[in-house]
Amino acid sequence: MQQDALNAIVDAALAEFAACTDPASLENAKAGYLGKAGALTTRLKALGQLPPAERATAGAGINAAKAKLESALAARREALAEAKLAAQLAADALDVSLQGRGRGNGGLHPLTRTLERIESLFRSLGFDVADGPEIEDDFHNFTALNTPENHPARSMHDTFYVDGGMVLRTHTSPIQVRWMETHAPPIRIIAPGRVYRVDSDATHSPMFHQVEGLWIADDVSFADLKSVFSEFLRNFFERDDVKLRFRPSFFPFTEPSAEIDMRFGDGGWLEIAGCGQVHPNVLRMVNIDPERWQGFAFGMGPDRLAMLRYGVDDLRLFYENDLRFLRQFA
Amino acid sequence: MKFSEHWLRSLVDPALDTAGLCDALTMAGLEVEDVAAAAPPFSGVVVGRIESVEKHPDADRLRVCTVDVGSPERLTIVCGAPNAAAGLLVPCALDGAQLPGDMTIRRTKMRGVESQGMLCSARELGLSEDASGLLELPRGLAPGRDLRQALALDDALITIKLTPNRPDCLSMAGIAREVAAITGAAAALPSIEPVTIDSDATRNVRVEDEDACPRFASRVIEGIDAGAPTPAWMKERIERSGIRSISAVVDITNYVMLELGQPLHAYDARLLDGDVVVRFAREGETLTLLNGQTLALEPDLLLVCDSAKPLGLAGIMGGEHSGIAGDTTTVFLEGAFWNPAVIQGKMRRLGFASDAGYRFERGVDFALGPAGVERATQLIVDICGGRAGPLSDLTGPLPPRKPVLLRSTRVARLLGIALAPDAIADVFRRLALPFTRQGDDFVVTPPSYRFDIAIEEDLVEEVARIHGYDAIPTAPGRHLQRMLPAPESVRSVGQLRRHLAALDWQEVITFSFVASGVEAALDPQGKPLAVLNPIAAQLDVMRTTLLPGLIEVLQTNVKRRLPRIRIFEAGRVFARADFAQPTRIGGLAFGPADPEQWAAQLRHVDFFDVKGDLEALAAPLSLTTRSMPRPWLHPGRSAEVLIDRKAAGWLGELHPRLVRHFELPSAPIVFELDAAALATLPLPVGHAVSRFPVVRRDMAIIINENIAVQDILDALNQMKPASVETLRVFDVYRGAELPAGRKSVAILVLMRDTQRTLTDEDSETVVAKLLSTVQDRFGATLR
Repeated sequence: MQQDALNAIVDAALAEFAACTDPASLENAKAGYLGKAGALTTRLKALGQLPPAERATAGAGINAAKAKLESALAARREALAEAKLAAQLAADALDVSLQGRGRGNGGLHPLTRTLERIESLFRSLGFDVADGPEIEDDFHNFTALNTPENHPARSMHDTFYVDGGMVLRTHTSPIQVRWMETHAPPIRIIAPGRVYRVDSDATHSPMFHQVEGLWIADDVSFADLKSVFSEFLRNFFERDDVKLRFRPSFFPFTEPSAEIDMRFGDGGWLEIAGCGQVHPNVLRMVNIDPERWQGFAFGMGPDRLAMLRYGVDDLRLFYENDLRFLRQFA
Repeated sequence: MKFSEHWLRSLVDPALDTAGLCDALTMAGLEVEDVAAAAPPFSGVVVGRIESVEKHPDADRLRVCTVDVGSPERLTIVCGAPNAAAGLLVPCALDGAQLPGDMTIRRTKMRGVESQGMLCSARELGLSEDASGLLELPRGLAPGRDLRQALALDDALITIKLTPNRPDCLSMAGIAREVAAITGAAAALPSIEPVTIDSDATRNVRVEDEDACPRFASRVIEGIDAGAPTPAWMKERIERSGIRSISAVVDITNYVMLELGQPLHAYDARLLDGDVVVRFAREGETLTLLNGQTLALEPDLLLVCDSAKPLGLAGIMGGEHSGIAGDTTTVFLEGAFWNPAVIQGKMRRLGFASDAGYRFERGVDFALGPAGVERATQLIVDICGGRAGPLSDLTGPLPPRKPVLLRSTRVARLLGIALAPDAIADVFRRLALPFTRQGDDFVVTPPSYRFDIAIEEDLVEEVARIHGYDAIPTAPGRHLQRMLPAPESVRSVGQLRRHLAALDWQEVITFSFVASGVEAALDPQGKPLAVLNPIAAQLDVMRTTLLPGLIEVLQTNVKRRLPRIRIFEAGRVFARADFAQPTRIGGLAFGPADPEQWAAQLRHVDFFDVKGDLEALAAPLSLTTRSMPRPWLHPGRSAEVLIDRKAAGWLGELHPRLVRHFELPSAPIVFELDAAALATLPLPVGHAVSRFPVVRRDMAIIINENIAVQDILDALNQMKPASVETLRVFDVYRGAELPAGRKSVAILVLMRDTQRTLTDEDSETVVAKLLSTVQDRFGATLR
């Protein structure tokens, strides 16, 4: 009889707890059973009126019911707290698909990108990077390169002249002269930079770039030149089907001289550099003994390499600076 | 040098097809630039002889020709050409002929008369642009002969790009010699026999400067018919070499120049007065050249004169008044050797060129003069008739041919291959270079036609060239012997570029020459360096700042409707003084500060956006600015940039006057910094950091509007106690509650001691000190 009554209280309590949707009503409901005047508390208090023989059994029954209610209460409290947190988190949610707050990204010019690539490949072969003036004197641009005044080879370059008897350098070769004036062999440098010639069409710009290379040591030969340049091109293009040919040519400052043509697979030959063994007169001009030291020099066209590398077919795009074009290289 | 393949093959005929021949030339250093067919493909065209021409019964403009095409039956052909005439040899396209432009010729009725073929103009055969009438063929061709054969049209015109060191290849004989050397085929060069002397006419020649004119061969030929036509074969050869046919004597001199390489000049002897004299020009002399140009002669120009007047510029161009005319009967023929040094540079200076001058300034075979005169005499007598006088050959000091030593060891060292001495000897034999052998070494005497062999390396090149550049192996890679220095305290321009790119700036590369008008608009007082021969009028001065290029890029991209532009360039600018050409980094920001987006307010980029980027770029160096007007900047928004306290460039908003001038929609922020000022960084030194807590105090002061906040910070930084770690402005306020002309500046002060926790009293003392400094020095009041 007593047990039935207890079960009814527990059932009512559990139903009431489950119906509570916030902590305050849950605590109110708790007071109705476990508070000072709560249904179970009242029964506990009434134990003393029972005959001693029944007290123990009745007490145990009430305590078990109380424990049941307390554990249900704790579970319900936790459930309510979790629901509250979940609601909070739901309210905090972002549309994570929105674009990040940002300024945008700039980029390097494709020719800079190419020059940096060339520099880093040659640095890995131990070549230092040199620089020099773009307004040059006649001596460094021509005379010191074994091209005296009136030499027919001067007509190979259509030279820009500026006020004051100076020229815009027609090639990066004067940098090798300036370097040799101040450095003793062994020498291993490349010299990238802007150069200028009176020429303008789809494949010529009056300002363009060259990269000069110079390696002077005691036994640097034409075979080394072939090796260094082949190695460079294979790595620059990251292709094994780059073919090179060295074709006899003439530059006043190299002897023997060659043009370097390249092609991919069976494509057409493209001229990409001039080169040769440094002419003894050039070495003598900077007080280097050509019997003791020798080596090669080359001058290549990075603009053309960039065109080949990035599939650009008009040189003028590089100098037009349409940002939509440049951004493709960012 | 352009020439006919047929002509070359008449001198040397290697077993190579056209492509193979061209490849061999290219790989020997005679780069073939172009190969063109002498005529486009066509077939079914033969030589036709017009026998009679009748009027067309029904058409005024058409005529009916009877044409002999070598078969017994005559063809009837209707033709509208004005020059159709009986007896003429013309191209005749037969029934079924294929002409250029996909045209097939068929028998057809023209106004009731059957036409059994077509008579052709040069244009219809693709031989030239001439469509004025029928192509008149040389006399002597047999009717019915295939036109391609008759005119040798299956020929290739080869153009080679000769380098300046190989003037010996500026002739057919020279190219044939070279082809023989590289292919091993035998060359049959034209044999030159002295002609029969059947006149005693001579003309005295006096050379005043034998160094300038070491050889002068000449001859008088009397009784010629200057009006005789140039034979078709000669006309064809010179025209295929790109030289226009003019008259027999002139064509012959050009032909001999092309064939042998000896430029010749022919004078009409009637117009010569007394001796022929070679001398330098005298002050005040003038000469009108064949090209019609009249020169005031300068004393370094060498002339051929007679006793009274200059006749021509030696080795470059003859005068207008002594040339061959249609009624010339006596020719004075000159075949000279001019010292290249006397010719070099003159044409460039005078602003014109000639085939003769082109050859002489590079070097003509000095043994060739008499042979050239003999060859031309032979041709003149054959073609124009006449009687040849004795050959005169004045010689002075001819260029010495110094023997050149070649050591086999040098070949090995320079090329990186050990060639057997016998292989080297073989190269010299193939090139017909006279040599003697001394063990493994060689002494080579350069022939008179080679001006490019003077030192051992020149011979090494010959060996490499004939042996083949391809046959030189690629040497295996060498070990590095030293590591490249990597200075840690140097910041390269490359690093600065990358940093700017990361800060949302796009690099551009613009021309170093700009428009003087743009430079003048930016800085009316500026004096940019002029380019004396600009490629275009708007590229006539060297830039003094990077700004003109940046503005042009801005204009280009604004035109293409780009709303937001942030560009920079790293490059040299150029000053007149000492031709200084420092590398600068310049930039331009235009349009919204940020790309338009949901998460940021759209606003124009301003001075402080760009300054912030530059501060980031310069770090760890300090970057500060102070007001300093520049002509191209808004005077109130124009600053000098200091890096570590030293002037290093400028920053500001483009002057409103220029915004209008360049038609820009709004004012860009522009800057330029000296790359060198950013290049050196201190090597970092690591100190232990304090473990005691930081104390923050804010101070708000009111100062006059015209006081630069930077000056306040400088003063505070100078006197601040060691415990002050940071002073930073966190608010600037101007408002009605402040007195007019005053602004409020709030500065936060962060303090920390390395030994102990600072007390309130400590920090109050510090702030009081800071405040009294700004009160005393700047009249600041506490807010």
